[in-house]
Amino acid sequence: MAVFGLFGGKAGEGDAAIEAAALRSDRFRQVREGDWTRLEAIVRRMEAGRTRKLSDDDVLALPALYRTVASSLSVARETSLDAATLAYLEGLVQRAWFQVYGPRVTLWGWLRRFFGGEWSRAVRAIWPELSVSLLLMVAGAVVGWLLVASDPDWYFSLVPGDFLDVRVPGASREVLRGTLFDGAKQDGLSIFATYLFSHNAGIAILCFALGFAFGVPPLLMLIQNTATLGAMLWLFHSQGLTVEFVGWLSIHGTTELLAILLAGGAGLHVGRSMAFPGKRSLLEAAAEAGQRAAVVMAGVVLMLVCAGLLEGLGRQLIEVTAARYAIGYGMLTFWLLYFFAFRRNPQGSEAA
Amino acid sequence: MTAIAQRAAPPKRSDRRRMLITPEGIALPITLASRSTRLGALVLDLGIMVVALLLTTFILGYGAVRFAGDALGAKGGMNADQKGAVQFLLIAWLVLVWLTRYAYFLLFELGPRGATPGKRITGIRIAARSGGRLTAEMVLARNLLRDIELFLPLQLLITAQTSDGTDYTGLMAGLWFLLFALFPFFNRDRLRAGDLIAGTWVIEAPKRKLEAVLSTGQTASRGTSQTTGVSYKFADEELAVYGEFELQTLERVLRENRHEGLVAVHEAICLKIGWSPGAGDERAFLEAYYTQLRARLETGMRMGKRKADKFG
Repeated sequence: MAVFGLFGGKAGEGDAAIEAAALRSDRFRQVREGDWTRLEAIVRRMEAGRTRKLSDDDVLALPALYRTVASSLSVARETSLDAATLAYLEGLVQRAWFQVYGPRVTLWGWLRRFFGGEWSRAVRAIWPELSVSLLLMVAGAVVGWLLVASDPDWYFSLVPGDFLDVRVPGASREVLRGTLFDGAKQDGLSIFATYLFSHNAGIAILCFALGFAFGVPPLLMLIQNTATLGAMLWLFHSQGLTVEFVGWLSIHGTTELLAILLAGGAGLHVGRSMAFPGKRSLLEAAAEAGQRAAVVMAGVVLMLVCAGLLEGLGRQLIEVTAARYAIGYGMLTFWLLYFFAFRRNPQGSEAA
Repeated sequence: MTAIAQRAAPPKRSDRRRMLITPEGIALPITLASRSTRLGALVLDLGIMVVALLLTTFILGYGAVRFAGDALGAKGGMNADQKGAVQFLLIAWLVLVWLTRYAYFLLFELGPRGATPGKRITGIRIAARSGGRLTAEMVLARNLLRDIELFLPLQLLITAQTSDGTDYTGLMAGLWFLLFALFPFFNRDRLRAGDLIAGTWVIEAPKRKLEAVLSTGQTASRGTSQTTGVSYKFADEELAVYGEFELQTLERVLRENRHEGLVAVHEAICLKIGWSPGAGDERAFLEAYYTQLRARLETGMRMGKRKADKFG
């Protein structure tokens, strides 16, 4: 019994001790097992998404149980050589940790925080990139205009059109005017709006996601998109339709172009943080910028829903230029006020 | 022989082990998900998405035919009501396709399991790389990137297939796809581009049952065999030949409880400590040896002396 020196007392107690474990570390486990299995049951129900069915007692007990089991793990690591129990405890603590520190937001809660200031804060945080993308978009439009003005053949390489498109250099004023105001004859407007939205959202997401390649692709995309715009502006200007064209464009374009501006800015933000991480590691910088940009992008998608509705429905149904201006610039004012004048710190926010 | 044994050994997981420090200061070992597991999860998810889309397309198509079917052959075409209904179904379909593409991964990964159905089946989940809270922003960012990693090149590949073979769109899309698909092979933590941007990684979700206590039985606690009544008592020097590594091997053999394994280990231990191996009572012998060896090593542990293996 030499090796049982420490446990000699227990072994001598007779039959009552038979069921008890021979090892001190196993008795340690037997005493605490109840807490462990209770925590496991709670965690299992939470993982299955049945948090609401947990009793109040269980919900209140979760943090305390988590700490108890975590400390059990620390003690077991120092005193027990039972590999299966250690592995079980490590797994249990990890699972409980995910529940205690998991993304405990409801969709509703997240939306409230998002609209209540997090979105506008993220937009303000990337203002340097926004200025750059604004500059690029203006530059793109100017370049598009100048190129087509110098040689109308440029129009065909800048504006991706099909052969049936009547909006080409040399088209008469009446034909061009018709493209701006013939919406009411179109059919299936709402389908068109939905299609436009998913198309534009795809482009905006691309614009953001390509920021990953150190921000170069978004630069090119911004320039290329607005060069098209510049070329078309020149075309309509050449027939004296500038005001009408801008109205046609503005009703949804202010929202859509602003959304693309934000998407490009978000892409640039990620690219810049990766190219110049500063004192942080590349991975840290990328993650921080990526999360901030993702908030901006969630908003961009919502803006594109608005733009799609305005384009698909509003533009075709409202054929008065003044009304188009009013809606377009009303929306722009609204967005700008929301982003830059609305400064409320969201409560309980996590992201910096 | 040794070479064969080494080759047959299970793949090492050590290069996938990472330590995660909780806010309480407890180090938790985690295992990164292997690339093949993640690929399997992705294939499962895509399969689920395709099946779901086909089903809804079928149901909506059926609905459209029900609403407007009789009007299709008629002279006057559809009336306004039928037109509206079909339009509505078409819009619902467009929205559903869009949601499947963008919201499927997002919603599931935001849930309490941090995993899509495919990940859940393969036993993996996502977690924050920093060891902090997994936020909605992270999930958002990693899934926005999924679009350019996966859906866009696939879309390009499919459209390139239908066009004439004169341009290089297909080749470009293939290269693009490969660039991102191979991304996890070129960094230590097997991050894909989306993980890098979002600050997340994919790890194995632990799911372990609490195993039985090994030292409760009569054999274990007193060293007495129930079948033969023999008492196994090992002297200190007989226990001193093994360390923690061998103890864990022994524990595994006892928990698996396969007869051949028990016999082999029983024989090996007997030879090592100079006993003559008998037959028929291997489990009792091993339980007694396990308990006494563990008691010895754990006592040493409390004294600050650890013995890693038989060489230590």
